[in-house]
Amino acid sequence: MTTNTTTWRHKVPKPKKNRYRLLIYILLLLLYVWAFAGIPFDGIKETAGQITKSILSGLFSPDWDYVYLPDGEDLLRGLLETLTISILGTFVSTLVCLPFAFWAAANRGKSRFVSGSGKILLSFVRTFPEIVMALLFIKAVGPNAFAGVLALGLHSVGMLGKLFADEIENMDHGPTEALIAAGANRLQILWYAVLPQVLPGFLSYTLYRFEINLRSATILGVIGAGGIGTPLIFALSSRDWDRVGIILLGIIVMITLVDWMSGYLRKKLV
Amino acid sequence: MNMYPRPSFDADAKANTNANAVTDADANVGANININSNADANFNANPSTSLSGHAGLKQHRPAAPSKLKHYLTAAIILLLLWGSAVDTDASWGKLIQGSPNMLDLLREMFPPKWSYFDNIVPAMLETIRMALIGTTFGAILAVPVALLCASNLSRSAWIYQPVRFLLNLVRTIPDLLLAAIFVAIFGLGPLPGIMALSVFSFGLIAKLTYEALETIDRGPLEAMTAVGATPVQRIAFGVVPQIQAHFISYVLYTFEINVRAAAVLGLVGAGGIGHYYEVTLGFLEYDKTCMIILFTLVVVLLIDYVSTKLREKWL
Repeated sequence: MTTNTTTWRHKVPKPKKNRYRLLIYILLLLLYVWAFAGIPFDGIKETAGQITKSILSGLFSPDWDYVYLPDGEDLLRGLLETLTISILGTFVSTLVCLPFAFWAAANRGKSRFVSGSGKILLSFVRTFPEIVMALLFIKAVGPNAFAGVLALGLHSVGMLGKLFADEIENMDHGPTEALIAAGANRLQILWYAVLPQVLPGFLSYTLYRFEINLRSATILGVIGAGGIGTPLIFALSSRDWDRVGIILLGIIVMITLVDWMSGYLRKKLV
Repeated sequence: MNMYPRPSFDADAKANTNANAVTDADANVGANININSNADANFNANPSTSLSGHAGLKQHRPAAPSKLKHYLTAAIILLLLWGSAVDTDASWGKLIQGSPNMLDLLREMFPPKWSYFDNIVPAMLETIRMALIGTTFGAILAVPVALLCASNLSRSAWIYQPVRFLLNLVRTIPDLLLAAIFVAIFGLGPLPGIMALSVFSFGLIAKLTYEALETIDRGPLEAMTAVGATPVQRIAFGVVPQIQAHFISYVLYTFEINVRAAAVLGLVGAGGIGHYYEVTLGFLEYDKTCMIILFTLVVVLLIDYVSTKLREKWL
């Protein structure tokens, strides 16, 4: 019996461990030591617990009167503006990114240099944070919702363009070739072979980006580019916790609803 | 029709056309429409005759799908866009009016002030530290929650549905808002930034991980149950080996996102390089702002590149 088990052990060796495993662990450890050593930690403010309590109590006893005020700024108008900023921003970016997507898509019979340059440009746009773009647009068109629209519109081009280009690359080339063989011109090919194939994907990505843009639009107000962020920052700095509570609730409800609707539409599309 | 001529049915088709022409002429329809309707009839008749050899079956050809839905969708979208444009007060005129301002701004941004580099390096390092620590805490917190959320590992829907709901709620709050709230609680500095990033990464990693957990192979788990493994053993030897590569990949991906997010958290006072945007823009030193933007771009692209390479290797 014992001899049996020993031979059995011989036949199935343990999987080899990665030789660099130890090195990776040491590197990670050094990285964390560096990271934690650099963060100044001088205790938590003694008021922290109290403020947390007030925010939580604000969340549970929100300032319902703020939901609708007959004159001027209120929650519903702020949320509506946030929603419209993201709708318009998404629309602008969808229009702007179409030519970029066709530029960056590596299709057959196209030099790699062309599509490569388009991809680099798109990833460049992507790394530019929308809030920094909003800062720049505020300088151009003033601190209002339009600056937010432009910032979202430009920033989303980076991601949408890449997703659209992927969609174009994954297209089936059969219909295009059939249309070419039948003597269709380029516009006809685009309309009858390319668009029907990519449109569901495009719409689905646009909706997805719309969800992201809605989240971004809620923070644009922090720097004055319109939307619900501005009253939230005012409420935070004036320590009006009940109002903070109702604004947070409003944001959570709006984003949840929009996510749910957009998810439903996307499921129907694809 | 014109693409696929079927010569064998020519006679049939012609007869059809003639018949139509006669009726149309009787009804005194104009010549132009006459030709059109003839073409239509021809179009309809030929496939049906080719299928059944019976011209009377032509009404069986399915009608083209109604376009009403498309028109309605387009109308709704246009209405939404128009309403949005009115609400945000957006207009091309404004953009054109503002574009000289923007060009001035761009002109002032270039050339960037390279010497400002030395001032912002410490802040950049702090940004990376914040992203690293925030991602780590988020990842650690995400593990148990993801296990609770996965419908194939959790006991009952009574556990995983509420946890998922809470997770969705956490993910609705954007990171900058979280940071603003944490700044109000804990005061200025990188600490609220780290907490905001932790909460944000927790939501993201937990969601990605539980979705991956639901796709794991049940075989090893069943085998281990059969030989009497405890729940902890099942997770350690049945779940972890299947999921760890995905998990590491998600953590790296979240880290990429967090570096970008950490770069702007300073705008609300939560530490990192974002603080310098306010400083330089406030003093109208746009060449310095440009330097910050360029530096952030380089660092983000570099981290993205390394992280993508690592992810490709792991998966």
